[in-house]
Amino acid sequence: MIEANKLTRRYGDFTAVDRLSFTVEPGTVLGFLGPNGAGKSTTMKMLTGFLPPSAGTASVHGHDIIGDSLAARRLIGYLPEGAPLYGELAVQRFLDFVAGTRGFRGAEAACRVEQAIERLQLEEVRNQTIETLSKGFKRRVGLAQAILSDPPVLILDEPTDGLDPNQKQQVRRLIREMSEGKIIIISTHILEEVDALCTRAMIIARGRLLADDTPASLLARSRYARAVSLACDDLPSAASALSELDEAGEVEIRRGLVTAFPSGQGDLFQAVSKLADERGWRVSRLQLEAGRLDDVFRRITRVDSTEKAA
Amino acid sequence: MNLRSGNLNVVLKRELASYFATPVAYVFIVIFLVMAGAFTFYLGGFYEREIADLQPFFQFHPWLYLFLVPAIGMRLWAEERKSGTIELLLTLPVTAGEAVIGKFLAAWAFVGLALLLTFPIWITVNVLGQPDNGVILSGYIGSWLMAGGFLAISACLSAVTRNQVVAFIIAVVVCFGFLLSGLPMVLDLFRGWLPQAAVDAIANLSFLSHFNSISRGVVDLRDLVYFGLVIGFWLLANRIVIEIKKAQ
Repeated sequence: MIEANKLTRRYGDFTAVDRLSFTVEPGTVLGFLGPNGAGKSTTMKMLTGFLPPSAGTASVHGHDIIGDSLAARRLIGYLPEGAPLYGELAVQRFLDFVAGTRGFRGAEAACRVEQAIERLQLEEVRNQTIETLSKGFKRRVGLAQAILSDPPVLILDEPTDGLDPNQKQQVRRLIREMSEGKIIIISTHILEEVDALCTRAMIIARGRLLADDTPASLLARSRYARAVSLACDDLPSAASALSELDEAGEVEIRRGLVTAFPSGQGDLFQAVSKLADERGWRVSRLQLEAGRLDDVFRRITRVDSTEKAA
Repeated sequence: MNLRSGNLNVVLKRELASYFATPVAYVFIVIFLVMAGAFTFYLGGFYEREIADLQPFFQFHPWLYLFLVPAIGMRLWAEERKSGTIELLLTLPVTAGEAVIGKFLAAWAFVGLALLLTFPIWITVNVLGQPDNGVILSGYIGSWLMAGGFLAISACLSAVTRNQVVAFIIAVVVCFGFLLSGLPMVLDLFRGWLPQAAVDAIANLSFLSHFNSISRGVVDLRDLVYFGLVIGFWLLANRIVIEIKKAQ
């Protein structure tokens, strides 16, 4: 379990992380979500013992990140922001080094390195110098380094940054495969990633925790959750007819779709499809909207900034 | 400080692997050997003296190290900070002390290797005459210890900045100070108005006076302790600088 208690980091007058408190149980894939400069990386640097907090504490499976830093670090696999690596070394040599620092020796070390190479599909580049590799391979070497000791806690700062769509899928699959019984914390500003990967998401902006929920509940906060969109030949008349439904609240026309937002009464989807049938609209598309994370994200982070201005 | 030799070894081997993975190691060794040879034969008058010893060889080492050792030391931490690998290194289960000492030992072993590769000059002097090989051995030990002192200074100062050039210049200046404080012309400046004990203390801080006595074959425990203390002091300072500045 990871426990953070009022974790705070200041740089001069600037507060990068502001009294962040949370606990994470094993089996959780937690996504730190937030705009650039929100304090996601700073929080990770504190959890991994790299950056001492200005105030507050955190512990990893009962080991304080400052007082018992070494024991805490043994439990953590960490991919720092930008995946820094010793560029002059060959991939295998670098992983040998990491295995050594993790306390593996001889055959056991070799075995761990092999496993990591296999899991991240680094076989073809194992003897290549890291600085000559593509960005995608470098990121995978960084991940291989983090998972090498099969640690119970993985902290990955933007693990899929710079990867192409196939590699992103691969890395997400890997994270999902490993997530059982582990604590995995990833930071990202890619919203779909939270939906695809995380069992829990924390939205952070200006160092403060703004929302902490499952992706599904976050999605439900979207105004698009359970809205109904429809495409037909006469959008304006469809829009005015829809706005008279009891089940519909607001109605908007965007990009060839008319969208009715639920008013909260009755089943909007059924009402809309019945209406379309009665009026004989030529409907080319009718869909029930899921919530949109970007909408939730914008609203949550914007509410925060208006509060701040007020 | 809690040090585990396993981790020291792992850090040391990684560091050495980096030297030999880049031209750094080869360039350093070649330049060191060429310059050591040139100083010995041209400036030191190795043949003209017609004395079978390595004094002309050793007497230029302080000046050779003044520029070459900071060149090795400057990258130790500045490069880690610049590339961000310091975050990787210090979040692995390695203590700052282990990282500082492991890196220092790697660089020191490397300088030691370069020094060992000067063995042809030892063979030469043995072919030409009958030198006192005990004195030569003590010269090598003194030279290596002095290199360690320069290196500990350079390593510590390399942790202060992420810019290697800045690290190099500061290290050369500080090393120069440690050298100069033993020269007669510097000591003469103090001799007029400082008590003899204070002048001796300044002279005692100098690498030169300690190195000169060892290189003449006088292995005094005090000289060994001196270099040990210098190295220990700067490595401790190095660790403190790392702890304070690692995340900046």
